[in-house]
Amino acid sequence: MTKLSPKERMAIKRVKMITQDAKERACNFREVNQGLTPELAMEEANRCLVCRNKPCMEGCPVGVHIPEFLTAIALGDFKLAAEILRVDNALPATTGRVCPQEVQCEGVCVRGNKGEPVAIGFLERWVADWAAENMPREQPPTNQTGFRVAVVGSGPGGLTTAGELARMGHKVHVFEALHDTGGVLRYGIPEFRLPKAIVDREVENLRALGVTIECNVIIGRTLTVDEIAEEFDAVFIANGAGLPMFLKVPGENFKGVYSANEYLTRVNLMGAWMDVEGGTPIARGETVVVFGAGNVAMDSVRTAKRIGAAHAVCAYRRTRAEMPARAEEIEHAEEEGIDFQFLVAPLEIFGDEKGWVRAVKLQKMELGEPDSSGRRRPVPIAGSEYEMPCNIVVVALGTTANPLLTNTTPALKLNKWKNIVVDEKQATTMPGVFAGGDIVRGGATVILAMGDGKVAAHGIDEYLKTRTPKQ
Amino acid sequence: MFLVVSNEEIAPQLHRMVISAPRVARSRKPGQFVIVRCGKGRERIPLTIADDDPAAGTITLIIQAVGISTREIVAVPAGGFISDVAGPLGEPTEIEKIGRVVCVGGGAGAAVLFPLAKGLAEAGNELTTIIGGRSEKYVILQKELGAFSTHLYTTTEDGSGGEKGFVTLPLKRLLEDPEQCPAAVYAVGPVPMMKAVCDLTRNYGVRTIVSLNPIMVDGTGMCGGCRVTVGGQVKFACVDGPEFDGHLVDFRELSARQATYLELDAHGCRLDQKIAELKKD
Repeated sequence: MTKLSPKERMAIKRVKMITQDAKERACNFREVNQGLTPELAMEEANRCLVCRNKPCMEGCPVGVHIPEFLTAIALGDFKLAAEILRVDNALPATTGRVCPQEVQCEGVCVRGNKGEPVAIGFLERWVADWAAENMPREQPPTNQTGFRVAVVGSGPGGLTTAGELARMGHKVHVFEALHDTGGVLRYGIPEFRLPKAIVDREVENLRALGVTIECNVIIGRTLTVDEIAEEFDAVFIANGAGLPMFLKVPGENFKGVYSANEYLTRVNLMGAWMDVEGGTPIARGETVVVFGAGNVAMDSVRTAKRIGAAHAVCAYRRTRAEMPARAEEIEHAEEEGIDFQFLVAPLEIFGDEKGWVRAVKLQKMELGEPDSSGRRRPVPIAGSEYEMPCNIVVVALGTTANPLLTNTTPALKLNKWKNIVVDEKQATTMPGVFAGGDIVRGGATVILAMGDGKVAAHGIDEYLKTRTPKQ
Repeated sequence: MFLVVSNEEIAPQLHRMVISAPRVARSRKPGQFVIVRCGKGRERIPLTIADDDPAAGTITLIIQAVGISTREIVAVPAGGFISDVAGPLGEPTEIEKIGRVVCVGGGAGAAVLFPLAKGLAEAGNELTTIIGGRSEKYVILQKELGAFSTHLYTTTEDGSGGEKGFVTLPLKRLLEDPEQCPAAVYAVGPVPMMKAVCDLTRNYGVRTIVSLNPIMVDGTGMCGGCRVTVGGQVKFACVDGPEFDGHLVDFRELSARQATYLELDAHGCRLDQKIAELKKD
């Protein structure tokens, strides 16, 4: 194939993702994005200018060699593309679907200066899915070091560290508190955004690498960090999000008020949307109001629509411009008919005589001076209170640090939010114990947890080089 | 997978199951619970650990079969397996020597009471136990609790065994007798029973601890479904409890929240009906 000139590359328009029709998908849980054809993928990959300084790679928390894998796609060598991707990213089918590319790789893509950036996320997803169909699973390296590492949590951070360490020849054992693997990938992110078959596949890839995963073990309760630090040569803690935050307004304990964690866990992990007899139930309603504007809020409000809400509302104190959710999720939610109500804050939740939610009292806001986050602070407009009838309220305001593990591990230094303090290698104040993801960051993204996991794996490998195996 | 070592029906729909769960057996303390799930598509059920045998690596659970998920758990015979047993969860009971204590158990609550009562007796307390039920066959663990109780009183609502009436009858007599009035009361059972006990002991200023069993999913603090109001503060029963000062618990709210999924059809969109209507059009 002939090499394209920069001008020819510049002439190619950004590919459009093939998606399920918005009306149809708002009633089902099948994945919204349907993927690209090989031809579309190759054409899109040809839009990459293969810049020498690779800003996209800098913008990637796990440092994927983006221009290299895009070049391989453009040449039609999908196997090579998959191999390049796999070196840096243990969960490419996941990140290709859930990363906020617009503020990472695609946010700094040179093509974005004039027009649209290369669709790196779509291509990552495409290569990962192609590899799953066409390539054998990676096998454990023949040279095993004899070191054993315990990983706490099988979410994105834990799985990434496990994959990296297994490739280095260390034996990895993952402890998972829930009955199934994947952490937030399973209980949090809905099927329509990240099919659970993909999570299963990513986990199977790690098992093929020799990683063992033990479910139903809660570190901090079933076993302590001290106990596993004694038994294993090193430990990585990525136990994830903690206790959900509530609105702190009257009426929050009425029936029909859920934390987003509970709402999504019931639907995703427990399969409440399938309505299996004897399965985990979920309360449904005509009108569902979700407070918050991040990815979890988008997942909640789009889930509400799918399980039957005629009117699914996302209520946010600021405006669309300040929404922390991924751009694609906001667009998809708008297409699906989600009612966005901006510049409103909840004052109270009202219940009926049986204790079920019947309405929320809202106050209109306006944007004032910027606050410490740099975003303009919402200021209440006096006398603007009004009631909105609703049946279900979902609170998606984030979480505080989970206390179970840290309460039983006094040797771990915590910050004022009770998150674990780590150094630049993700090492904690306990020798041989590393940490990453939400328990360190206090709530972030899948890819940042994966970035921590990758850094930690290298930190752990360095640490192990100074030791001899315990067993 | 967790092996079921034994399974016996000790009262109608009430089973005592010994399950092999060595990690839980080693770390478990009285007052803690496990989450049990019996296969794909089934609910996660919180169950108090009644007893353990760390040497054998087993725990004992007493399970009331009330719904599909619990019926499937108690249907697993000895030699069979349960897919998930996670724990121990919750804060252990603060067991100390107080002196004279009364433990009150209603129905299957006696099973939750058992480890607590045993711990209190072992700590050197003078223990009086009151257990009640709808009728004689629902009054469970009499022999087991009697083994370490100085006094044991039983009540039944229909008078088929023990004293006819509620557990509050013998409790009131103890509270009124200066010779027998306890320093603390522990109550476990249905919400109305725990509320009645607390309303009674409040008049006598006797500290009362209750063990709550609200609806929960993960049991590790993640979902917040088990939130209860205690002394005006919102607490998560799974990480802050399950035991709380009964005089501070908002029982009305607890009782309403417990009923959430029993009332689903009456609330909200009545989806089945709606689908039927759509089909008609």
